[in-house]
Parts: sequence; structure tokens; C-alpha cells
Amino acid sequence: MGFQHRYLPHTDEDRQVMLEALGLRSVGELFADVPDAVRFRGKLDIPPAMSELELMRHLAGLTRGNGNVDEYTCFRGAGAYDHFIPSAVKHITGRAEFYTAYTPYQPEVSQAVLQSIFEYQTLICELTGMDVANASMYDGATAAAEAAIISSYALSGRRRVVVSSALHPEYRETLRTYARGPKLEVVEVPYEEGVTPVDRLQRMVDEETACVIVQQPNFFGCIEDMAALGEVARAAGAHFVACVDPVSLGIMKPPGEYGADFVVGEGQGLGVPLGFGGPYLGFFAATSRLIRRMPGRIAGVTVDAEGTRGFVLTLQTREQHIRREKATSNICSNEALCALAATVHLCILGKQGIREVAEHSLKKAHYAQRGLAEAGYRPRFAAPFFKEFAVRSPVAVERVNQSLLADKIVGGAELGRWYPELADSLLIAVTEKRTRQDIDRLISRMEGSR
Amino acid sequence: MTGDRKIGLQPEPFIFELSAPGRVGYSLPPLDVPDCELAECLPAASLRSVPPALPEVSELDVIRHFTRLSRVQHGVDVGFYPLGSCTMKYNPKVNEEAASLPGLAGVHPYFPEEIVQGALAILYHMERYLCEIGGVSRVSLQPAAGAHGEMAGLLMFRAYHEDRGEHRTRILIPDSAHGTNPASAVVCGYETVEVPSDSRGGVDIEALRGAMGPDVAGLMLTNPNTLGLFDENMHRIAAIVHEAGGLLYYDGANANATMGIARPGDTGFDVVHFNLHKTFATPHGGGGPGSGPIGAVEKLAPYLPTPLADFDGRRYRLVWDRPQSIGRVKAFYGNFLVVVKAYAYIRTMGGEGLVRVSEDAVLSANYLMRKLAEHFHVPYDRLCKHEFVASGSWQKERHNVRTFDIAKRLLDYGFHPPTVYFPLIVPECLMVEPTETESLQTLDAFAQAMADIADEAAADPEVVRTAPHTTPVKRLDEALASRKPIVRWQRGL
Repeated sequence: MGFQHRYLPHTDEDRQVMLEALGLRSVGELFADVPDAVRFRGKLDIPPAMSELELMRHLAGLTRGNGNVDEYTCFRGAGAYDHFIPSAVKHITGRAEFYTAYTPYQPEVSQAVLQSIFEYQTLICELTGMDVANASMYDGATAAAEAAIISSYALSGRRRVVVSSALHPEYRETLRTYARGPKLEVVEVPYEEGVTPVDRLQRMVDEETACVIVQQPNFFGCIEDMAALGEVARAAGAHFVACVDPVSLGIMKPPGEYGADFVVGEGQGLGVPLGFGGPYLGFFAATSRLIRRMPGRIAGVTVDAEGTRGFVLTLQTREQHIRREKATSNICSNEALCALAATVHLCILGKQGIREVAEHSLKKAHYAQRGLAEAGYRPRFAAPFFKEFAVRSPVAVERVNQSLLADKIVGGAELGRWYPELADSLLIAVTEKRTRQDIDRLISRMEGSR
Repeated sequence: MTGDRKIGLQPEPFIFELSAPGRVGYSLPPLDVPDCELAECLPAASLRSVPPALPEVSELDVIRHFTRLSRVQHGVDVGFYPLGSCTMKYNPKVNEEAASLPGLAGVHPYFPEEIVQGALAILYHMERYLCEIGGVSRVSLQPAAGAHGEMAGLLMFRAYHEDRGEHRTRILIPDSAHGTNPASAVVCGYETVEVPSDSRGGVDIEALRGAMGPDVAGLMLTNPNTLGLFDENMHRIAAIVHEAGGLLYYDGANANATMGIARPGDTGFDVVHFNLHKTFATPHGGGGPGSGPIGAVEKLAPYLPTPLADFDGRRYRLVWDRPQSIGRVKAFYGNFLVVVKAYAYIRTMGGEGLVRVSEDAVLSANYLMRKLAEHFHVPYDRLCKHEFVASGSWQKERHNVRTFDIAKRLLDYGFHPPTVYFPLIVPECLMVEPTETESLQTLDAFAQAMADIADEAAADPEVVRTAPHTTPVKRLDEALASRKPIVRWQRGL
């Protein structure tokens, strides 16, 4: 004994009191039911305990070499974006009442979590133009995959998922993994000129198609003709799944207006730090006729025994803890705290702010695209774009990025990583955080790399 | 905790009701690039005609709204939270600081490898630690939650059997299992077969033997199980499943009981998941984010989701080239900042500390079980591990007071109730997990509250049946919410 750790309140004396109450002599006796055959006899090979001071020194040392968006000027997006996060967001998500709570299964002491989920659902519905949203999925990729699976369940007999090759490559990979279980067939429509070709889609969609998934703006930042693509899905009786950038919805048409059945996407741009890829949040919205098919948690309004308004988790018979093998999805833990960040973020931005962020990102991206074109980096695609665009590099993309990095600029994502035919192209993202000076510096350095 | 009745009198308005046209809570620097019309950049058909009806509120409106709401919320930092199988232990503050370091929080997932070496080092070392704790050969940190890990694990089973040309369609699941187990099996394309528990609360060995066959892909098992009992036949179970060509999946929800005492990989499990948000002290966040890393013994390791982090002695890098992998289960590399918090926790506890965590968790649970047994039926009278089940069946039979009522009455005493009506095999179940971070005083106070409620159930059952009495809202009508679902705010609500 004699080991007293700051997170473990029992003293040797406490342990003695408890053991005596149990009629035991040692803690070891508590494990008499663990058969010898499966007993671990060794010592865990894990470094010894650190004090708080040592831990923070260790982490400071470990992360000193890590680049971050304060130190580097970031023009990389491809599904994770360096948008500005107002300080109010962290102050609310940093409240321990929120972050140390469990899932609100005891609603009488969980009204804060429940009401904030309800407000989150409302905000997502407002942005997307849909009737119902759930409390969040793991991320944009898994939200898209679940929409595909539910489409197949809802439209029995349809086992084909048709997906644009301009959907984020990692979302498509995730979809393929998810499709292994229910044995869905995933078919890709190759992009043409940076967008999903309507005629080609038409030829690939039929009465066996459960859904069509298209991203708007797509992975290349390009604007798709969602009305026409959605019409192809609808004409075949398939669901249309729109995967959207929520920030773009400050100015762009809500998918509810072009007939999407499911709207999914990555919510990271709404107040969630980049965090080397997570945790983020997937948002998931649908039309009201699909409400009982929705995966995940949903908060709803009710009244208490005295008629006072309150909130509960509702329609729980869809979920695994009630339905077990008949649930619509196996999701249990979601990304509630990230959804709270998105809620606070959207409330702070408000009606004007969301539009301003979208407009500034769009205008700065267009300024950057024009400047780069003049510097010899021609647009890869002619299609209109939102805050991200592809350029063709006259020199090796690795060389361009290597020299930018020396100037503390993280250049565009190298598209050859996912699309071999685009090995000469960079995908450049510009958010409202980039200044004209940042952009001018990017342009002049890239010009200098030629 | 939240006994302030004045808060309860006036429900917090919706944030939308605080809105006033033109009010703002946000400002950007002036646009410093040439302005242009949106229609010059985007096709008219792609633009929205009506702005989204987000609230128009000030920063103070927002702060006050959520702060006031938070005052009626129970959390680990507010009070005892003995939810069985949820491991609501203390979430150390320094771990939150760790995850906020700019060199972690501000790192883009596609930054070049040379400027993310520290982040990759955390992934790499975290994998080593989890391998050591789990007794497995490799771990993927990609799954975002326990259920996500289950899905990945069962897809690995599938891929493994398919590679051997075997068509196995069924997964065995004990009747005490978490609801995610059967749901995960089904999303992975399996049929589920329920295996009953024996009178001691473990897997019924004869039933297991009977259920095994060439069509069984494997068994999913939580050990200790949701009754808080370590399966005394663990090695027999493993032998039966393996002899019939099946695989063993370890649901790590209850790993807090056995760190450094029994490692799943040594006890016959082939694939295991960890719940970093349970065993490794990362906060539950009101429902998430979690993190559900998945580990595998050598023969299953090639199927793990990609990417994995490797180290060549000089540099850390992400490895994608694993041809047998089931692929990725989400974008990027997992819930990285949650992994960071768990990493900080493991370094804070050290190897010896983790063993002490399990010892103290088990000691506390047994102590509390003994105390509660004075007033409540404890159906499995044997050593428990980190949690145990009691039952309100005596109170129901004698006083017509249900477990549901007891749970609600606990709220008046300032305690979050245990998990109730789960596992399904114990009627009027109360599943209690105190965790190692609660002091003897807290355990005694909770036991006293339960004793008092048992007395109330006899002397004044109505006060229990109508509880809670001191919370901001009283019993809520869940049936109404489900019958007439209102799931978004609209004017006039």
C-alpha cells in the first residue's frame, strides 16, 4: 500500500474499513472469482504515474513540433476547415454541467442537455430546410453511410447505392465499409469537369437503386446541379441524399427546397476545432415521413406531471437499447458535446453572421482563385465553386507545398492522393479567417515556386 | 444539486424566443478583398432566397441562456452518478487542458506528416498502451464509440471467415448483453442467437455448447458482464467457441474492473474494443463524443481499420497499405482529442495506478452492494466486480413501489439513479457502478439515501411513487412526446 493517487480518494484506512465490512482480509480476495487460467500475472508495461506538472511538460514537449493553424497559414480543407470559433463556444462547452453529463436518460435532471439538443435539431432544420434532425452522428462520413443503409431498409429490395465520385473520398471508403454488412452494392458515377454528370447518373439509376448520394459543394468545391440530380433519383423512386457543407447554407439553397430526402454532412465548421480530425459531428436531417426511420437520438417536447413544458428523448423504440436487433442503427454514443458547440456557434453567428461567414469565405476564395490563375495556376475545373477550388500546378505539387511550408503556409491538398488523374492539382480552401495579406502571400510564394 | 425551485418555476425560454431583428452576437473584420455580387460567383438557382431563421441574439443572450440551462443539469462534477456499465468516473481537468493545446486542437488532419509528429506519437504510444492493457497485438484508434468498435470488430470477423472460405451467418449474444451488441451484429449482416445465463449469472455452458456450430461466426461477451460478474468459465467458453471455429468478441464497456488483473487477449478474446469515455476517464459530453478503439490478437490484426500509426525509430507515420483491412469506419483517424485525454489519463495513472483503479472500483462496488443488500434484493449473492445489480422487487411486491419510482426519488436526494431495468434478465433491476473516484463518504451517503427510500416505500409509498419533488421539472410524459412528436421549435410552440 502507501500509493495515494490524486484521483483515488480511498486511503489505506478506508480500504480497511470496507474490507472489514465485507469480511475480507485483502483486496486480492475480491478477485478470487477470476480463474487462475486467465489471470494476468505480469506487470503492466506502462510508464509510471506522472504528476500534473510533469504531464503538461511532457505534452508541451511532445506537441512543440506540431504545426497548428495559429502558427501556419492554412489553405487546406478537404472536409475539415479552419473557420473562426468565437470564444463563447468554448466557454459553454467548457461548462462541466454539460461535458460531465451522461446521455439524458433521466430527463428531470437533464433538461439542459435535452433543450440544447432540441435547439440544435431546430437550427439544423432551419439551415437544411428539412423537417426533422437527430442529435448527431459520429461525423459526415458515417452520417452519409447511415443514410444509405436506411434508404435500403426503407425501400425494401433496393440494394444499390449510387454515389458521385466527387463525394469526399474518405466518405466513399466509409460507405464501402458500412455496405459490407447489409451487402449493399456501391456504384460510383465518375465526375466530369469537376461535377456529377446528370446524363451519366440517369443511366446508372434504376428500380434497384436505394439512394443517390451527392455532395454540395462537392469535394472539389464545385457547385452541383442538385435539382437535376435529385430529379433523377426521384424519377426512379430512390432516395436523394444531399451531403452539404453547413457553412455554405448561409447563402446556398437549403436541400429541402430541391427535394432531398436525407441531408447529412460534416458539422466541424460550426465551432468545432480541427483537432487532427476529431471529434467532429455528423448532422442528419430528413423529411417528416422518414422520422421513424431516423438513426440516433432525438429530443422532443412534452409536459411534466404539473403541465410544465419539458424535454425527453423521444421515439426511442427506433434505438438499440430498446429494439436491440431490430433497431434502425447500432449507434449509441453520439457527438453531443460537438453538437452543443455547433448550437452555440450558430446562435452566436445568428441570421446575419452565417451569411457573412459564407460570403466572406466565398469572396476570399474567388479572390485567391483569380490571383493564382494570373500566377500561372489555372483553375482545374470551370464549374462555379464556393470556398474551395482546384488548380493545375505547372510544377510538381509536392515541390510547391514544400516551399510554402518553409514559409509557414500549408498549401492546398494534393489531389493525386485520391484521384491519380489529378496528380498535378491542388485543392485550395479559403475561409473567412484568411486575410488579403495571407492570400497575396500564398499567390506570390506559389508564383515563386514556378 | 439542483434543488433551486425558483429555476423550476419559469422554464428557460427557447433561444429563438430571445431573438430581435437586427441584433447580433458576432462580428467579422471588414471584407478586405474586392467585393462582388453573389450571382457573379454562383448560379442563381443554387442561392437561397430566404436567409435561415437563426436567432438574432447578443453574445450575453447566448451565454446567459446556456448558463441558466446548465444550472439544472446533473453531471459528474455536480454529484454522484452511479450508472451501471457507464463508468461515470471523475473526468480530470488537466486532460481538458491537454486536448486544448494549440499543437493538438489546432492541427488539420491533412497537415503534412513532418509537422504532425507529436500528434502521431500520441496515436502510436496510445496504441502500445492499449495493446498492453488489452493483451492484444494491434489496436486501431479509429472507431468513434463502443458501438462503432463493435461494428468494426464484427466486420473483421466476417472478413476473417470469408478469407477462409467459410460462410458463417450467426453471432451468439448472452441475454445479459448491452443493446448495442445485437444491433451491431445485425448491421454487420449477422443473425443473432441469444444464449441464456446460468443460475450464477454467467454464460450457460451447456446452452453455449448447443448453440455453437459451423454457421456461428462468434460470440460477443462483456466480462465482467452487465450483472457485474466475472465469468468463472471464461477459459471454457473460449475453448468451446474456438473449437467450433468461432471467434470471441470482447465488449470493453466493463474493462474498469480488470485492468492489469485479467487481459481480454490472454483470456481467449480475439477482438476487443475499449471505451475511452468509460475506463479511461474522458467525459461523456451529454452523450458523446466517445472513442471506441478496437484491438485484435495477431491472427485478426490484419483486418483492423486503416490507418494505423507506425514508428521506424526516427519518424512516425500513418500506414494505409494493409490489404486485408476492412477499410475505414469514419473519416480521418478517430476522435483524436478524446484519445489525447485518455492518453493523458494513462500517463497520469501509470501502470500501477491502473491496477489500483480496478481494485478500488471493485472494492467500492462490493462494499456498496453489501450495504444495499440490507434493504434491497440482491439476486446474485457472490463477489461482484466493478458493478452489481440489485432489484426493487421486494418494494414492488410489498409496497407497490417500482424501481422506476425509487430512481426518481433518488433525484430528490441529489443522486443520479443507477441504470434501471437493465440487464433485462433481472426484474425491477437497479444496476449500480460507483467507480473508484467516489469517496467512502459518498458511498455511505448514497447507501443511506437508498435505505431511507426503502423506509419511505414502507411508511409513505406515495411520496416515492410521485417523486421527484424537488427537480426543476416533475415526471415527464414520455408517451405523449412519442405519440405527437414535436422535434423542432416553431413560432407559437
